[in-house]
Amino acid sequence: MARFLARRLLTTLLSLLGATLLVFVLARIQGDPRSIWVDDFTLRSDYELWGKRLGFDKPVYQQYGLFLGRIARGNLGVSLYRSVPVRDLIWERLPASAQLAIAGFLVSIVIGIPLGVLSAVYRGSYWDLAGRWSAVLGVSLPVFWVGIMGILLFGVALGWLPTSGRGNLSHLILPAFVVGWGASSGQLRLTRSAMLDVLDSEYVKLARAKGVSGFLVVWKHGFRNALIAPLTYAGLTFAGLITGAIVIEAVFAWPGIGQLALQSVQTSDYAIIQGVILVVTFFYLISSLLVDLLYAVIDPRIRLGS
Amino acid sequence: MATSSEIGQIGKSSGQGRIRRITLPFRRWPVFSIVVISLLVFGGLFAPWLAPHEHELPNLRTRHLPPSFTDSGSGFLLGTDSLGRDVLSRIIYGARVSLIVAGVTLAISGTAGTLLGLVSGYYGGWVDELIMRIVDIKLALPFILLGMVLVIVLGRSFAVLVGILAFWFWSGFARQVRGEVLALKETDYVSLAKVAGASGPRILARHILPGVVNTVVVVGTLLVGSVILAEAGLSYLGVGVPPPTPAWGSMVSAGRIYVTHAWWISVFPGIAIALTVLAVTFLGDWLRDRFDPRLRQIE
Repeated sequence: MARFLARRLLTTLLSLLGATLLVFVLARIQGDPRSIWVDDFTLRSDYELWGKRLGFDKPVYQQYGLFLGRIARGNLGVSLYRSVPVRDLIWERLPASAQLAIAGFLVSIVIGIPLGVLSAVYRGSYWDLAGRWSAVLGVSLPVFWVGIMGILLFGVALGWLPTSGRGNLSHLILPAFVVGWGASSGQLRLTRSAMLDVLDSEYVKLARAKGVSGFLVVWKHGFRNALIAPLTYAGLTFAGLITGAIVIEAVFAWPGIGQLALQSVQTSDYAIIQGVILVVTFFYLISSLLVDLLYAVIDPRIRLGS
Repeated sequence: MATSSEIGQIGKSSGQGRIRRITLPFRRWPVFSIVVISLLVFGGLFAPWLAPHEHELPNLRTRHLPPSFTDSGSGFLLGTDSLGRDVLSRIIYGARVSLIVAGVTLAISGTAGTLLGLVSGYYGGWVDELIMRIVDIKLALPFILLGMVLVIVLGRSFAVLVGILAFWFWSGFARQVRGEVLALKETDYVSLAKVAGASGPRILARHILPGVVNTVVVVGTLLVGSVILAEAGLSYLGVGVPPPTPAWGSMVSAGRIYVTHAWWISVFPGIAIALTVLAVTFLGDWLRDRFDPRLRQIE
């Protein structure tokens, strides 16, 4: 367990380092990052001032060292367009993104897990068919288009829900559903196959043979043991949703970090996107680390073995 | 499996059998996929002859005309967009973009992924460790955001788009090929080649590569849908193919703000994406079941 933990922490750290290196290299892929904002009206003195202030006048390896040092201290740099610390900009937008990710996550669980269990228990029935189509469409339909169709149907034609922006709970329903549906597909398939495996096992047959009610067999003997794979996957989906929602944020004008990143493309403010990438990667790695630990806690085979 | 004469007899004896006889080819062959993909390839190849109207030049006199089948129909089958361009013609030309982007992306990522998978699986050791760590790190990275950084630094172009997508999709090939190689390198014919004095690269190229080609083709087909969706997503966000070239994703995006009074601008390109992705997904599933049932796990 201690070795597993140490190895897991090491890979997390390495991944984080890899992300910083990639972000650093990408910004310099064309040479000096200052060249992004230089136009005919840029003064030589401004150019040199940027160099001094942001460290672009130093050798590349020194720049990377400085960059790492700043990140380690929680400093993500300064927005070049608005002269505001990137950390503040992200911090301000994070609650909106987190809200959408959590709501989408809940939707994905509510669709994916019960439908997955029903598909397995009533294999070959209409439940199974519905589950299969929900999963196929969930991954095949472009999310932004599903979002627009939702706006068209519930916002424009029926007038039940607002079409964009963030406000009260009714603003959250459509984007959360769209985000959640896509994420539920994997959840559903995994739950279904895990349930099928478990329902085929000896102890479930025994439970049935000794006359345990169908409900208890499915939910107590079956579901609890089938939970491991979907649970792991759920952790990763949640991490993925924070970035996965960028497109949805754009469709619904949801003021999260995805929108922030998108706006900074228009102003060529790469410091912001750099910051968003690092924050998002950090969240992803931390959640996947937590999932692995949780996994060890709930599955004695992993906790006690090796 | 029933022979054709048996099926014929069943068909004669009962009504249900007749329905089965009609639906049988649909079960045995991916008819829907074949039809959609043929239309797509045909449309993409012959776009200049098939497109009924101009697809790139704006014409403000024909702005926001509704599709011809609606009450206030115009001469444009699927209506016109906010610059007065025919939606149908742009969808037909857009098929080209989707096909070329998917094709080039998969060619690059398939080649790179296969090579890295071969090396990783065959040589093992630190090379394997390094490549697999890179795959892990890559999984944690938000690829849409990386695409945005590249677009800021290098600008919007076809090369940048394909570069991002290829970087994103190589690992699917690498992982699968690596797994196959791990099994293949233990076979007798590989040991024999080794004893006979064949070099590592020669064994990989002559003895192991032919064994993984099937897998590569199946993985590639299964990924086409994901590549098309990823391209559409990037185009939707304005980091895909630069305008005025019609890409389905950017067409949906352009219609977003007009959706309350000109729904057709967004709806039809989205249907094109959805049908294409469904068709290639079904084709991929069918190919996998036929040629490589072991791959079922990578759903």
